[in-house]
Amino acid sequence: MTKTFSINKSTKEEYEKAKRKTFAENVIFNVLNFIILSFLVVITLYPFWNTIAISFNEGLDSLRGGIKFFPRVFTWQNYKAVFATGAIFNAFKVSVVRTVLQTALSVFLTCMLAYALSRKDFVLRKPLTAVLVVSMYVSAGLIPGYFLTRQLGLLNKFAVYIVPNLIDVFNFILVRTYINGLPDSFVESARIDGAGEFRIFLQIIMPLIVPTIAMIALFVAVGAWNSWFDTYLYASGKVNLHSLQYVLMEFLQSSQNQSNSAADVGALAMAGAGSASAMVTPVSIRTAITVVATVPILLVYPFMQKYFIVGISIGGVKE
Amino acid sequence: MKNNQLKKDSEISPVYINKKKTFWQLLFTQRQLVLMSLPLVIYVFIFKYVPLWGWTMAFQDYKPAKSFFEQHWVGLKWFAFLFKDKEFLLTLRNTVCMSIISTVLGYITAILIAVLLNEVKHIAIKRFIQTVSYLPHFLSWVIVTGLVSTMFSVEDGTINNILMSLGLLKEPILWLSEPNYFWSIIGWTYVWKEVGWNTIVYLGAITAIDPSLYEAAEIDGAGRMGKIFHVTLPGIRSTIIIMMIMSAGHILDANFEMPFFLQNGMIQDVAQTIDLYVLRYGFSSFNYALATAAGIFKNVVNIALLLLANQIAKKSGEERLI
Repeated sequence: MTKTFSINKSTKEEYEKAKRKTFAENVIFNVLNFIILSFLVVITLYPFWNTIAISFNEGLDSLRGGIKFFPRVFTWQNYKAVFATGAIFNAFKVSVVRTVLQTALSVFLTCMLAYALSRKDFVLRKPLTAVLVVSMYVSAGLIPGYFLTRQLGLLNKFAVYIVPNLIDVFNFILVRTYINGLPDSFVESARIDGAGEFRIFLQIIMPLIVPTIAMIALFVAVGAWNSWFDTYLYASGKVNLHSLQYVLMEFLQSSQNQSNSAADVGALAMAGAGSASAMVTPVSIRTAITVVATVPILLVYPFMQKYFIVGISIGGVKE
Repeated sequence: MKNNQLKKDSEISPVYINKKKTFWQLLFTQRQLVLMSLPLVIYVFIFKYVPLWGWTMAFQDYKPAKSFFEQHWVGLKWFAFLFKDKEFLLTLRNTVCMSIISTVLGYITAILIAVLLNEVKHIAIKRFIQTVSYLPHFLSWVIVTGLVSTMFSVEDGTINNILMSLGLLKEPILWLSEPNYFWSIIGWTYVWKEVGWNTIVYLGAITAIDPSLYEAAEIDGAGRMGKIFHVTLPGIRSTIIIMMIMSAGHILDANFEMPFFLQNGMIQDVAQTIDLYVLRYGFSSFNYALATAAGIFKNVVNIALLLLANQIAKKSGEERLI
C-alpha cells in the first residue's frame, strides 16, 4: 500500500516495527483465508459437478456408485431419453415461453411504472408509491390468493403464469432508485422539445437504464424459470402446462417416496427408454433434467454479475 | 424547470399563467403519467389487496357453496382452535426454529465470507470466488433439494462417504430421516445456497468505508484481524442492522420447499411448518377457514415483528428501515 503522507522518524520506526510484527499474522491470515474460500468454492461446485458427471454416465453403471468428478462410461443416452420424452420436451417449451413472455412484459411495465412514479412533480406520486410499498409487506395468504385466481378464471390456463406476475415491487424500487439518480436535465430538455411522457420514457429513459433493465430482467427470468409452485397450485390439472421445474419436482418426489408413486418413475423412465434404450434409470434421467434445468441460468448469470452487484447494494441500503 | 413548465402551460391555455393550479388541473396536465402508472397500481391493488377480503373466511364457518351473506359468522373460533391444536403449535415451533437457525447461520457466514473476500487482494481470484458463490442462488429449490438428497443419501451419498473414509462413521447415517439433524440440514443448505448472494450487500457496504480509516489503524499498529474488528465490522454495522430488521419480518417464513419435498414419516414432527399446515388444511381437507386463519396469523405476526424490530432500532438510535 502506498503512503501519500509524510511521517516523522519516531513514528516511522514504530510503524516499521508494527509492520514486522504483523507480517507473520499476514501470512497466517492469507493461508487460512485461502483454505476457507477454497473450501467454499469446492463445496459450492461439487454437488453440481457430480450431477453433471452422473448425467453423462450410463444409467445402469451409475447404480454401482462411486462416480465423483467424471463419468465412468460416457453416454449421451440420458439426454436423448429426456428429450425423447414428449412430456419433458413440452415442459421445456412451456418454461421457455413463460420465461421469455413474463420477463419481457414484466420488465417493460415495471420500468414504465418506475419512470412515472419517479417524476417529482407528479401529483399522484406519493399515494401510488405508498400503495405499492405497503403491498410488499401485506400478503393475503395462500387460500385467498387461490380464490382470486380461480375467480379470475385463470386456473389451468397458460395466462396464470403471466397475469399475476407482471409487477414486482422490489424491482420497481430498484428501477425507480436508479432513475432518481439520473440528472433531471434529460427529461427537462425532452419536455422543452415537446416530447410526451411515454416517448420520453421509451426513447430517453429506457436507453439510460439498460444496466438496471439487465439486472431486473435476470431476476424476473430466474424467478420465472425456477417457479414450480404456481404450476402445482394452479395448473397441475393440465399436463401440457407443466413446467420443467414442476416435472423435475414430480420426479424427485416420486424417487424419494418410492412407495407412493413408483409407478410415475417407472412410467417416465420407460417413456424415455422406450425410444432410446433400456439403459436409463430414474437417477440418470433425474440428473439429466437437473442439468437441462440449470444450464440456461449458468449461461446467463455470469454476464449479468456486474449489474446485479450494483443493484443489490442499492436495494439493500435504500429499500 | 419553472420556465418550461410555464411555457408548456401557456401553449395549452394562457389562463394558467401565474395561477396556481388545482389538483384536478395538474392531474389533467399529467394525464400521460397517470395513464402510465394508475392502471398498473390498480393491477397491484387487485392482486395484493383485494384477496385480503378473503380474510373474512377465517371468521366464518366458510362453506364455498354459500354466498357471502349466507355464511355463518363464528368470530375467533378458528383462531382459538389453532392455539388449542397440538399440531399447529408444533408447526409453529418448527417454523420459528427452522427460520431462526437458517437466519442466524446465514448472517454469520455471509458476514464472515464478505470480510474474507474483502481481504483477497487479487482481483481475478476474488472475482472467480464470487462468481462461483453466486451460482447456487440462481438454482431453484427443486434442484437444490435434489442435490441435497443425493449428497445426504445412504447409498453412495457424498457426506456419508467422506465421513466414513475419515473414520468418523462406522456405517452410513439416514441423514434425511433423522429428526435431530433436520433443522441443521435445512439451515446449512440455506447457507450453501445463499451465502454468496448475501455477501453482496456487505461487500457493497465495505467498499463504502473510508480507506483512510484503514491507514490510520495500520499506523496505530493494527494487524489484519485488528483492522477487521475495529474498522471493517464497525463500518458495516448499520447494514447489518438493516438486514436484521428486514429478516425480523420473515420469522414465520421458514423455507417452504425443503420441508415440502423432504417430509417423510420419520421426521414429520420436526418438518411440518405453518405453510405446509395451510396447504394441507386448505387443499387436502378443504378447511378453508382454518387454513386462512393460520395464514392471517402468520402475516400479522410477521408485520408486527418487522415493526417491533424497526422500533427497537429507532429507540436505540440505530439505522432503521421505515
